[in-house]
Formats: sequence, structure tokens, C-alpha cells
Amino acid sequence: MTRILKGMLFATTVLAPAGLVHAADAQLTIESWRNDDLAIWQEKIIPAFEAKNPGIKVSFAPMAPTEYNSAVNAKLEAGTAGDLITCRPFDLSLAMFQKGQLAPLSDLPGMENFSDVAKSAWTTDDGKTSFCVPMASVIHGFIYNKKAFEEAGVKVPKTEDEFFAVLEKFKKDGNYIPLAMGTKDQWEAATMGYYNIGPNYWKGEEGRKALISGKEKLTDAQWVEPYKALAKWKPYLGDGFEAQTYPDSQNLFTLGRAAIYPAGSWEIAPFKAQADFEMGAFPPPVKKAGDTCYISDHNDIGLGLNAKGKNQEAAKKFLAWVASPEFAELYANSLPGFFSLNSKPVKMTDGLAQEFVSWRQNCKTTIRPSAAIVGRGQPNLDLEMWRVSANVINGTQTPEQAAAETQKGLDSWYKPAK
Amino acid sequence: MSDTEIADIEAAPIRRSTRWHIAVFLAPAFLVYTAVMILPLIETLRLSLFNMVEGQLAFVGLGNFKVLFSDPRLSADFWNALGNNVIFFIIHMLVQNPVGIAIAAMLSLPGLRFAAFYRSAIFVPTLLSFVIVGFIWKLILSPIWGIAPGLMDLVGLKSFFAPWLGKPDTALITVSLISVWQYVGIPMMLIYAALLNIPDEVLEAAECDGITGWSQFWKIKLPLILPSIGIVSVLTFVGNFNAFDLIYTVQGALAGPNGSTDILGTLLYRTFFGFQNQMGDRSMGATIAAVMFLIILAGVSLYLFVIQRRMRRYQF
Repeated sequence: MTRILKGMLFATTVLAPAGLVHAADAQLTIESWRNDDLAIWQEKIIPAFEAKNPGIKVSFAPMAPTEYNSAVNAKLEAGTAGDLITCRPFDLSLAMFQKGQLAPLSDLPGMENFSDVAKSAWTTDDGKTSFCVPMASVIHGFIYNKKAFEEAGVKVPKTEDEFFAVLEKFKKDGNYIPLAMGTKDQWEAATMGYYNIGPNYWKGEEGRKALISGKEKLTDAQWVEPYKALAKWKPYLGDGFEAQTYPDSQNLFTLGRAAIYPAGSWEIAPFKAQADFEMGAFPPPVKKAGDTCYISDHNDIGLGLNAKGKNQEAAKKFLAWVASPEFAELYANSLPGFFSLNSKPVKMTDGLAQEFVSWRQNCKTTIRPSAAIVGRGQPNLDLEMWRVSANVINGTQTPEQAAAETQKGLDSWYKPAK
Repeated sequence: MSDTEIADIEAAPIRRSTRWHIAVFLAPAFLVYTAVMILPLIETLRLSLFNMVEGQLAFVGLGNFKVLFSDPRLSADFWNALGNNVIFFIIHMLVQNPVGIAIAAMLSLPGLRFAAFYRSAIFVPTLLSFVIVGFIWKLILSPIWGIAPGLMDLVGLKSFFAPWLGKPDTALITVSLISVWQYVGIPMMLIYAALLNIPDEVLEAAECDGITGWSQFWKIKLPLILPSIGIVSVLTFVGNFNAFDLIYTVQGALAGPNGSTDILGTLLYRTFFGFQNQMGDRSMGATIAAVMFLIILAGVSLYLFVIQRRMRRYQF
């Protein structure tokens, strides 16, 4: 009995002041869809900030990526969202800003560290106001198993013909599944397929802008050809790829059973942790040797301020820190594959990440075509492209049908400004 | 009849009128049910009559329903989901319920050994979470890690294996059969209870008349368990048209490939809550929910007012 009493006394006298101090801290919550990065935020990024800013406590609250947008919208409308909102690029965050849910950040200290291109994903159409601090972009390409390439005696393919020759060689040898990709989850077919190889055909920004202005249509040859190339992938995918999910593909590759993985650079960190063989990367192959290469270097993630958040000052401090070169270096090295958008060059230690980023020197960069402006309406062009890309690889739709269907969906709501 | 007696009779109803305990005992259930079922239902039906007009929620009458049935994209999605849902229901009616009845009939045979064991073993999947069922079957049927290809190889049927969950023509049937596997215990239990309720005298009388074996089942037992089969059918109907969870765990919210396993529940989820880059549309979601409610209401009414009234009941 006395022990319990003593315990209660201890609790009320010693622990209570600790609680009071805690209550005086500003508590910030970050809403995010990056549940894969929870450990890195908790162990590296947040401690680095808290060490410099006593009195501000930050917690990282991620949720499932596919549910993020609707959940965070509901929270914002109900007024229960965290102070910091992770921003999807382009139209989705723009809609939040227009509803007054995100605060304008143009005059935030540190915003001068970003180029206009980096900020373009989180800026109003007139280019005047920015509303999220750019954090990172992701680059598409192919990751390959170096050991498998040595065994088969093939070189890294540069052109489309070489690419299919390599796949054919792996298929004949039979030791490796040539390409690790499935169509069950649909998004891989578009994100790692169509958006990955497509820019070489529609000439990156040139084609993307022509699509927005209405000069080109999704049924034009340069937009249909990537589907034709995807259709040719079918025989090189694993047995039963129709029922192969995204984690299945990741495991097939990291277990060393597949030779090439159509990738986004966000795979680098998890792959490094799983695979015990050397990996290399190559950009999407061009049509003819000597052609200009285009890569998808997609502004993917930013951080915005909840306009109705309770701790605006503390949140702004955190955002200013996110805009600093210090954060850029910490983030890019904790999460190799998420490339900093900061104009001050960031030193990266990861070899594979360096390989991805080196393509920026020779190739022209673009973003995913369905992300900006043409992704605003119903039916959602991004989701439509997921579906038809999977259909094309499964062989249930021809490339022409797929293109016609997406164009029809787009025509139903999008009228290009003339 | 004396005056006092008349006074008593007149006074009695007044004394009885304040039976507070009835209201008190009903209140918790009534309040909880109203709060979690009736109000949300009314609120959903109300929301289906409203939509955003210039940023404000405004009354649009039946406008949402008009859009749902006339918009080429939405109506195509809706009819596809409804068609798939009907197939989902038909497979349950053709497979789950007959199999459930057959198992119950076998279990109720006198002298069957380990009957209690079979009964529990067949009922266990019903108790499992749909998440577990979904993942177990996804793994079993996985062409990469699953045991289905290996097992079929052992008996020389490897060539018949296909990635069923990934093909548009087989995915819906596969998912339906997984659901049948999970829920076959419910018709079995209900029918089993009904079969046990048949008095032995009736069966003995039938045997005296020379009706045994299969013909006993068809001529004596089946007519006696028809009301239970009716209830099972209604439960299946309501359950199937409200289904969502299993499809969501096995095929995801997109209900692929190419929408071939999309049923009303998944369509409602995607429309109401949104998915990836598609924003949620609450009014349209509520409209689909209202249509689902009407479909189920129509089905149940059809059963209650047309079929159940004609069913013959036997009293023992």
C-alpha cells in the first residue's frame, strides 16, 4: 500500500512538471502518404530539426498512398488536419490551394533556393503564387541485375532494338525472368511502363505541352507508339504476370530471379536493403542510336502549410528548414532516389542514385503527361492510363483502342485553350 | 354489477397508461439503432438529392440520379458494376446454397462419424476476417509463390492453371468462389438446424410408406426446410449486393482487371471516397448508395410480399 502511495506521490511531483513542459511545446503533425519512410523521418529527419529548434515537437503521420488524397481532404474540410500537408504535384494540390486549405508560401524564407521549374508543380497557373516547398523529384528508368547481365554476356541496351535483343537473350537462356513487372495493380503498367518509356516518343515537354494546347492528341502516332512497345513486353514478363502484384515484382527482382526491373528511382533504398547483388540502371532506350533521350523527372513531393493550422509560426519554421540546403542533403541521402529540387547541388553518396541523376546531363527531362492540367477532370486521365496500359500489356486491348479510349475520356471534359 | 366495480374498470386503463419501463427498456436499443443506422440512412438518402452548385451544397432534386443514368461514363460504370453484382449473386445462389444444403443434409444423416468436426471445420472460414481470407487465397492462387500451381502439377493438371485473378474472364468467377468458400457455413448451419427440427415421427411415417433415401429428401425434408432456404436466399441477396470487403482485399479498390470484378460496393467506395488522383464525390456516392438501398429493398420486398406469403408452412 505504501508503495502505491509513494508511486503516486512520485508521479504527481516528478512526472507532472515534465508533462507541463511538454504541453508548452508546439506540436506539429505532418500528413503524408509516404508510409515507407516512417522510420527515416522518425529516426533521422525529425531529430535533426528538433535538436536545433527546442520547443517544437514534430510527428510524422503517414497513411496509405491511394487513400491519402481523399482522407486529407476530408480532414482539411473538418478542420482536423495536421499543420503540415505533404503535397502531391500539380492539380491536386492546386485544388487545395484554390479552396483556401493551403496557405501561400511565396515569401517564405528559403523559397529562393528553388528554380521556377522546381516550383512549377506547386504554383498557380499564372506563375505568381507558390503554395508548397518542393522536396523531391523521382526519375524513371530501368534497374538491372549486374550479375545476370554478366552471366548472359549482354551489354546495357541503348536503343529499343538492343533492349528487345537483351530481353530475347534472357528468355532463351531461361535462367532469369527478363522483366519483373505485373499488371494486377495496374498502376505499374502506366507509371513504370507508359510514363517511363513514353517521353522518348512524344519528345518530353514538347509533346506534353502540345497535348495541353490541343495541338496533339493521344491518338497521334507518337502517343500510340509507346503502347505498341509495351504490348511487345508481354512475352518477356514472368508466368502469370496478370496476377502479379507490385510487391511480387519487387520481390522477384530483389531475390535475383529477374534481370530487369522497370523502375522509379524511389525503389533504390528498399532495393539496396533487400538485394545482395550489384545493381545498375539505364534510362529508357531511344528509338535509334544518337536520338535525343528524354527522361521522366517528375516533381513528386512537396510540403505545404495548412492555412487553418494552429501552430502557424512553428510550422513556418519547419518549412523554412525544409527549404534549406541542410534538409536537402539530409533527405536526399536518407532516401536515395528522392532527388532534391534545391538549386544548391546536393552531394549524394549512393552510387545507384548518382547513376539515375547523371542522366539529367544528357537527356531532356519532362514530367508525367497526366499530372498537370489534363489531369484535372473526370474521368481522371491518370487512372484511365493505368487501366488501358494494363489492358495493352495483357493483350485485351490494342494500342489504338487504348489511345482512342483515353482521348475520348479527355475530350469529354477538356477543351484546350485556343 | 355494483358501482365500485364500474369505477374499477374505468380506473384501470388510467393506471396502466404510465408503464414507463417499456420506454426505458426500449430506449437504449432504439437510440443506438437510430443513431448508427436510421439517421445515417436518412442522411445518405437526403445527400443523394443534393450536389455542389457553384461551391455550395444545393438541392438538385433527382438531378444526381439523372446524371448517374445518363452520363456515358458513370452509367457505363454503374451498369457494369450492377451486371457483375448480379453474376456474383447468381454464383452464390447456384453454388453456395445448394452446396450448403447438400452438406447439411449429409451432416444430419444419423450415424455419420465426426459430424461435429466437419460441421465446425466447414463453419470456421465464416468466422475468419475477410482480410485473412483475401490474403490466404491471393497467396494460394499466386502464380509466383502460390501452392496452387504446384499442387495442380502433382496431379498432372498444371496446364489448366492460369493466373485466374488477373484475367478479365475468370477474375469475377474466382472471387465469387472465394466468397462462396468463406460463407458456405451459413446456409449449412441454418439448413442443418431446420433439418434437425423435423420430428422423427414424420420421417418414420415416411419410411413406413416406403419413402427412403433420396426420395425422402426430395419429398419430405426439402418441403419442410423451404422457409429456411427462403431466408438463406434473402440473406445471400442482401449480403451480395452489399459486398465490398473481399473484392477490396483481393483485387483492390480498382476492382481490376479492367473493372471486371467491380461491384456496386467497390464502385460506391471509389465514387464516395475517391481513389488516388480521383477526388471523392460525396453526392454521387450517396446517389449510388441510394440506388443500392432501393435495389436491396426491392429484392427483399419481392421476397416478403410475393414469395413468403405463398410458402406453405407445416406445424407439428
